[in-house]
Amino acid sequence: MHVSLTVNGQRAVTDVEPRTLLVHLLREELGLTGTHVGCDTSYCGACTVILDGKTVKSCTMLAVQAQGADVTTIEGLAANGDLHPVQEGFWERHGLQCGFCTPGMIMSAVGLLSDNGSPSEDEIRHGLEGNLCRCTGYHNIVRAVEYAAAKMRGEEPPAPEWEEGSA
Amino acid sequence: MGGGVGVSTTSVLGGVVKRREDPALIRGTGLYVDDLQLPGMLHVAFVRSPYAHARVVSVDASDAEAMDGVRAVYTAADVAHLGDLVTQVAVGKLRPLLAGDKVNHLGEAVAMVVADSRYGARDAADAVDVEYDPLDPVIDLKEAASDAALVHEDMESNVLLAWEGGPWGDEEAIAATQQTIADAKGRDDTVSVSIEAVNQRLLPMPMEPRSVVADWNVGYGRFTVHSSTQIAHALAGGIAQTFGLSLTDVRCIAPEVGGGFGCKLNVYNDEILVCFASQQLGRPVKFTETRRDAAGSTIHGRGWVATATITGTGDGQILGYELDGIADMGAYSQNFTVAIPFLGLFVGAGQYSFPTHWKVACVHTHTMTTDAYRGAGRPEAAYYLERAIDAYAREIGVDPAEVRRKNFIPADQFPGAATHIGFPMDTGDYETNLDALLETAGYEDLKAERDRLRAEGRLVGLGLATYVEVCGFGPSALVDLGFSWAAYKIPSGFSGSGLVRVQADGTASVIIGTGPTGQGHQTTWAQIVSNQLGIPVENIRVSHGDTAESPLGIGTFGSRSAAVDGSATYEAANKVRAKAADLAAHLLEASADDIVFADGGAHVAGSPDQQVSWSDIATLAYQPHRLPEGMEGGLEAHAVFSPGNATWPFGSHLALVEVDGDTGDVKLLRYIAMDDCGNVINPMIVDGQIHGGLAQGIGQAMFEDGDYEADGNLLKWSFVEYPLPTSADLPSFELHRTVTPTDINPLGVKGIGEAGTIGSAQTVVNAVVDALSPLGVTHVDMPLRPKRVWAAIQAAKTNGSVS
Repeated sequence: MHVSLTVNGQRAVTDVEPRTLLVHLLREELGLTGTHVGCDTSYCGACTVILDGKTVKSCTMLAVQAQGADVTTIEGLAANGDLHPVQEGFWERHGLQCGFCTPGMIMSAVGLLSDNGSPSEDEIRHGLEGNLCRCTGYHNIVRAVEYAAAKMRGEEPPAPEWEEGSA
Repeated sequence: MGGGVGVSTTSVLGGVVKRREDPALIRGTGLYVDDLQLPGMLHVAFVRSPYAHARVVSVDASDAEAMDGVRAVYTAADVAHLGDLVTQVAVGKLRPLLAGDKVNHLGEAVAMVVADSRYGARDAADAVDVEYDPLDPVIDLKEAASDAALVHEDMESNVLLAWEGGPWGDEEAIAATQQTIADAKGRDDTVSVSIEAVNQRLLPMPMEPRSVVADWNVGYGRFTVHSSTQIAHALAGGIAQTFGLSLTDVRCIAPEVGGGFGCKLNVYNDEILVCFASQQLGRPVKFTETRRDAAGSTIHGRGWVATATITGTGDGQILGYELDGIADMGAYSQNFTVAIPFLGLFVGAGQYSFPTHWKVACVHTHTMTTDAYRGAGRPEAAYYLERAIDAYAREIGVDPAEVRRKNFIPADQFPGAATHIGFPMDTGDYETNLDALLETAGYEDLKAERDRLRAEGRLVGLGLATYVEVCGFGPSALVDLGFSWAAYKIPSGFSGSGLVRVQADGTASVIIGTGPTGQGHQTTWAQIVSNQLGIPVENIRVSHGDTAESPLGIGTFGSRSAAVDGSATYEAANKVRAKAADLAAHLLEASADDIVFADGGAHVAGSPDQQVSWSDIATLAYQPHRLPEGMEGGLEAHAVFSPGNATWPFGSHLALVEVDGDTGDVKLLRYIAMDDCGNVINPMIVDGQIHGGLAQGIGQAMFEDGDYEADGNLLKWSFVEYPLPTSADLPSFELHRTVTPTDINPLGVKGIGEAGTIGSAQTVVNAVVDALSPLGVTHVDMPLRPKRVWAAIQAAKTNGSVS
């Protein structure tokens, strides 16, 4: 089937099998492999993208359901190459280890902060409940989102928990 | 060569450096195996057994083979000539690449379909018609150990071996220890307290499913294999061994690997089979697990039942500890399978000096293979020990911290202390560590707060546990105990290596034999080399994971990579530094002994204004005609580090929980950890490792359950049935550390990858049992999901009303 959509600001037109999942269109047709597949059941959130302003799990949608949609993937998040504050927060606060859940986690955090610019720790934890991470115990993911929230409010982020080293 | 080279520049060991690997990972430009698309690449799906135990009557692939885009369907007969799956510790039944006339666990691969597309392969796998004749499975561990029915009809027993000690391998000493404990039990001033507990099977579940792409080049006679593995060199060797090739005929690449936790520390049948298919079909072939594949066909961890008994006096002096257990190996042995409980044996007596008799039998069942999952044997050992000590402390009415303190191996026994099986330990100071935890946490205040809330009728509990871990494997001499990696053609034992090369522009390339699954090697290794050379971290690039370019390393597992391969890299950097001192001395017309490395270059001590840069030094190295006579060109060095022992980190953890008496819901309120992993290279990364380790230990305590049903079914096919902890389930962790460096390696580092997991499950369960203790509850098996906790509360209430 014919499908056309906008991905990271660029128009994409392609033919897919009707059963093709959006995540496979992104990864295998468009080569945007930053969006990952971590489960078969729309549970882990590694495939999270932003579609028409809302976060969606792209393994839950058929590609044809994204007809005409405006999709942002992790590759499109850094405007003009500059890191999004959420990306910066994950780097600054060690919010990732193996990096596999990270693109989905970052996209969900972007969605969370667009709904709530000053989330409490509890709100961050519940807001990211649909994204699994097996490496970090979520501790530094929460710190990363707190960092990003402060930056997006134009405030100084909370200091890191570790002592700033000599390096 | 310059010997006593001047003292180094500002140290970057012990400092936070933001991770070098992160910019790619947060932009989505990191390459994981499933991201690979090679020209002409074909896709694999497996036909898997829906039974735990059955005869395979027939396999009819004719419909599948007739489907569009299907290139081949292979069954056991097609690959029989390749033998069983290559296995390091070959004790027990080895895994056939594809099941032949019998299947022995749910999810066992019976046929492999190769097709043009991912979806097409899946469709064709569903069209393969396999007729089974179901048989009764052996699932229960005690039943398996009794040999009432055999898992494999051609084996004499389901019991493969029992790990027992007692001092090392000495039957007389084992008997003497048993007699000592029996004598203690016979005294009228002692009590014995036992707990029978399940340490349930777990599914490792890294977020990246395993994935492999094999590409046979018939012209070169060479495989190029990308795999999501923790052991690229062993995989290359395993493929070479299977196909009768040399090590140089197989190039394995582990690119970004999305978590492993031990489950990628195996050579898998699918990795061999895609190679076979690529060779047969002359095309690259990819297999990527679904999460369902991962649940049933990637190794599992834990799976023990055991009874732990503490015997001691009424004032807390423990006179004996006994563990009698059975560990589930699954249907087939893979890389380390039967060796996992062996790791538990090492630390069976934890931080304590009491007589210990520890015996765990390894049995086959009709389930998926168990092998290394984060902690691997050591969490199980620590769980039983620390649960039993808590039960004993409760029985005699002595504070659990006090009981532990009374029985520690004293700090003054180091160096020279040994485990209960006589294996030497490196360094330890357990009492200082526990005291630091109790003081930092405000233990007395927490107890008072718990008692105050308890008086209000709330079910609040405090849990304490300590652990000692054996990791940083080494020693190299494990080869002599049979852990040689020879099955994978890399009989290197447990040594490590590193290669440091200063490029002509003064930047440094570091190539290491081990690779990360999230641990941040690119950053930590850059810090090690920067510290020795004074080259800024941002000018150092660390490469790993490609067996064609990297020196031999057996892998990142057992919290060993920094301690062993990091130490090798440290020594390689020192070799480069010594040569660079000679080169700088030549440039500066000075003695190498007077050269000081600082500010991204070198100068003569006392003359910092006359500085030569690393680029100047390296340029000289690559223009050998300018060198003094007898000096070789080039500026690189390789080193192999041979550890004389494993390392022995330790720590103590404290948890505060509240149980909802109406629902059984457990709320983890605080988690406070005091870990000691020796020196710390990057505190940010070390803390991150502990966070993740805690989440997996707490996951076992509260959420995860990979046990099979009695009929051999595994109802854990997705994250719905196998819940990992989510962000909403966990608190922020409170981490602290004591620092007791090891003397086993020059960095003084012990390893931190598994400590959080090894220390945490029993800490949480001890807290929950403490919370329920006013009701008379003495034990609840993991995972402490609401239903199970609620049932324990109800049972206690019922029993209470009866008595």
